Amino acid sequence: MPNVTAIALIPLLPLAGFLLLGLFGRKYFKNSSGIIGTMLLLASTVLALYTAYEYFFVYGKVAGVYEKFVALQLTWLEFSPGVSIDMGLIIDPISVMMLVVVTFISLMVHIYSLGYLKGEERFPTYYSYLGLFTFSMLGLVLASNIFQIYIFWELVGVSSFLLIGYYYDKPSAVAACKKAFIVTRFADLGFLIGILILSFSGGTLDFATLIERLTSPESNEFKTAAASTFLGASALTWGAALVFIGGAGKSAMFPLHIWLPDAMEGPTPVSALIHAATMVVAGVYLVARLFPIFSVAVPGVLEIIGWVGAVSAIIAAIIACTQTDIKRVLAYSTMSQIGFMMFALGVSNYGGEAGLGYTASMFHLFTHAMFKALLFLGAGAVIHYVHSNDMKDMGGLRKFLPITHITFLIACLAIAGVPPFAGFFSKEEILLAAFHNNMAIYWIALITSGITAFYMFRLYFNIFWNKELPSSAKATKGKEGGFAMMMPLVLLAVGAAAAGFIPFGEYVSSDGKALHAHFDLSFSIAPVALGLIGILTAFWLYKKQNDKPTKLATSLGGIYKTVYNKFYIDEIYLFITKKVLFNLIGRPAAWFDKNIVDGLMNLIGNVTEKISEGIKKVQSGKVQQYAIYFLGGVIVLAVLFIYIWK
Amino acid sequence: MTGSDIIFYLLATLCVVFALLSVTTRQIFRAAIYLLFTLIGIAGIYFWLQYEFIAAVQIVVYVGGIVVLIIFSIFLTQQTGEQLPKQKLDRKIFAALAVFAGFALTMVQIYQHTFFETDEMAITPTVENIGKKMLAVDSGGYALPFEVISILLLAALIGCIVIALRTKTESK
Amino acid sequence: MQPGLYHILFLSTALFFIGVYGFLTRRNLITMLMSIELILNSVNLNFIAFNKYLWPNQMDGLFFTLFIIAIAAAEAAVAIAIIINLYRSHNSIDVENAEDLKY
Repeated sequence: MPNVTAIALIPLLPLAGFLLLGLFGRKYFKNSSGIIGTMLLLASTVLALYTAYEYFFVYGKVAGVYEKFVALQLTWLEFSPGVSIDMGLIIDPISVMMLVVVTFISLMVHIYSLGYLKGEERFPTYYSYLGLFTFSMLGLVLASNIFQIYIFWELVGVSSFLLIGYYYDKPSAVAACKKAFIVTRFADLGFLIGILILSFSGGTLDFATLIERLTSPESNEFKTAAASTFLGASALTWGAALVFIGGAGKSAMFPLHIWLPDAMEGPTPVSALIHAATMVVAGVYLVARLFPIFSVAVPGVLEIIGWVGAVSAIIAAIIACTQTDIKRVLAYSTMSQIGFMMFALGVSNYGGEAGLGYTASMFHLFTHAMFKALLFLGAGAVIHYVHSNDMKDMGGLRKFLPITHITFLIACLAIAGVPPFAGFFSKEEILLAAFHNNMAIYWIALITSGITAFYMFRLYFNIFWNKELPSSAKATKGKEGGFAMMMPLVLLAVGAAAAGFIPFGEYVSSDGKALHAHFDLSFSIAPVALGLIGILTAFWLYKKQNDKPTKLATSLGGIYKTVYNKFYIDEIYLFITKKVLFNLIGRPAAWFDKNIVDGLMNLIGNVTEKISEGIKKVQSGKVQQYAIYFLGGVIVLAVLFIYIWK
Repeated sequence: MTGSDIIFYLLATLCVVFALLSVTTRQIFRAAIYLLFTLIGIAGIYFWLQYEFIAAVQIVVYVGGIVVLIIFSIFLTQQTGEQLPKQKLDRKIFAALAVFAGFALTMVQIYQHTFFETDEMAITPTVENIGKKMLAVDSGGYALPFEVISILLLAALIGCIVIALRTKTESK
Repeated sequence: MQPGLYHILFLSTALFFIGVYGFLTRRNLITMLMSIELILNSVNLNFIAFNKYLWPNQMDGLFFTLFIIAIAAAEAAVAIAIIINLYRSHNSIDVENAEDLKY
């Protein structure tokens, strides 16, 4: 049985860190806050690993199936019998897997930040925010109730907002954090409505009951929900689609992805933690959590998910080829990889062999967390060294940053899907799942994986090769980051290299039964070959400093410009909001407010003031005048009462 | 017309005339003295109604207390022989009209109204009866109002002291 | 004509309105206080008259009169304390000087 104390402590320790450092950090733990936060998280990580070991190898498997355990369920707010917001801890394969990922990556980021943000003025604040984020992410992962997940969902959004805006004296960071918050908030509105529809249809907020009721065609709830339609789709479809919008917003799916590149204004370790490895996959996790509903009850929504994921994957990959800010390249790469996870879910079915996409998606989530965190932390090390985000300021750094160079290369190989690195295995599974279910998505995915290899190696060659820096530069630029920064890089590199050999299908699958993925070597030829072509193209273009890339860009002309400007999606948003919304709705509303509403208020105010001016004269302070009024009033009233209103 | 009636009319005339003089004279000391006469006249009417105790109280408290107090305060605040300031004429006319209207209205109402007397045995308001009733705690007794009034008097006493004290501290 | 209730009521009403007239026209605070005493006395007279002519079996009117006299005494004492205080600060007891109390 699950050890409740251990599981509950996993999210509570970071929360303790947040409270301790947030309240007293600046006063008492000015220098030790980083160590405190890291130690607490280390304890959390150990507990998470312990929980994972216990679950996967000791008690989790009952008759060949990984069961779902609800370790703890506290009713927090009860609306009516059966409908209550609970605070619970759910233990099943994906939540345990996420526990390990979140605590491990968070621990790496904590350690890394010790070096990266050394000497920062608001060091304790930074660590308290990290604690808050880790707490809410773990709470989200462990949520046993759809409303609990929503609460932690928003908490995650807030901590992301706080961390993106960490450099609050930088206007671009402030704009970015607002943008991230507003865009995801907008999507969360859909999520909330979806929650309400689903919970109304299911008559409960609890995941297990909800899934049970909405997936069995015999239950009353299912019949009612499927029967009630709105705009040609059943209530169930609407609910699921709206929940997916929430997930798409958080996971930066097209067209709600616009906040993610800007979110790179935050400190780089934060980008590694939140905007690469953990928070942005929350949408994927959400869909996976409700996967039975998506797959059994509303297969149409699953198709939407698949296409949204595929389109996001390819668009982001194309944009990533043209960006010069290395963090932005990584941001688009993240978006593209999450697109992979999304469409993997979209092409999956429930149970058995057909559930391969689900396993693949979770597997990719796991491996992606490793190599993407590694990429970001490596990029952080580079940025720390050259004090710039732009590729143009880099080049030939392999001699100056040897550890970073090797680990970055491993990560690039992993993401490009070169065997035997982690990305190869998970991506193969995804492609296999797509191949069996949807050929169109398969082709898109195949092309995207080729492009992925190209832009990652473009990044790699631009940073570490290309133009050579004179060796005298080494003396002026100082050393590579210290032990605190290198240690996470090495650990994550080991993960990125080896994580693929975990027999993931044994542990995580849509129905809990072990899934044995069949690898066909001939199937792997196409993606690996495409990946190698991408790498070679990048090698040819960027290995040495030359004018080939510029020529290519010029020859592509308008297309290049469109892609460089991210398909003008930001501009379209601006056009819609500024021109259409502001002019058609905002201006008339403002006019109405200014002239009618304010006018009414001013009128009331003015009338009151005039009347008051009149009445003020009555209050003269002359006692005898008061007496006269009084006497006159009494006489008038007496006459009225006696002679008129008898 | 009996002697008793004549006495009443005399007392009533005395009251009204001195009251009028009291509110119209422009010498404040005289106003106080006229008020004194009015109050004595009212005490006389109480005697005439055979409410001797009330008449005695009227003389002791009003004449012996309040009027003396007023005269003292006049001495404290007024130069003797100084005339009171004149009130504006329109105010006087308006006040006279309002007062006359009120008086007429009241009198009309009183004369149109028929009062009913009780047939029960009359109690003579002797000092003994009044004293018993005043301190009675049963139904119809006045012990509670008596206590309330004593508290009020105490409060007024303290109030006067406080008012007097405050100016002293201010003047320091 | 035998004097009775109506005569006394006439007297008390007359005294009352004389007091009101004084209150309205006087500008000196002490004389205004004197007007108030007149009004109170007219009320007392009313109580006694009603007690005497309408309910001689009871003594309620008499007690009311007694209490009113006591209250009037207290009121006069406080009023004169205030008036003297005003005189100290404004060096005058004209009612128009009391106007600035409204601030």
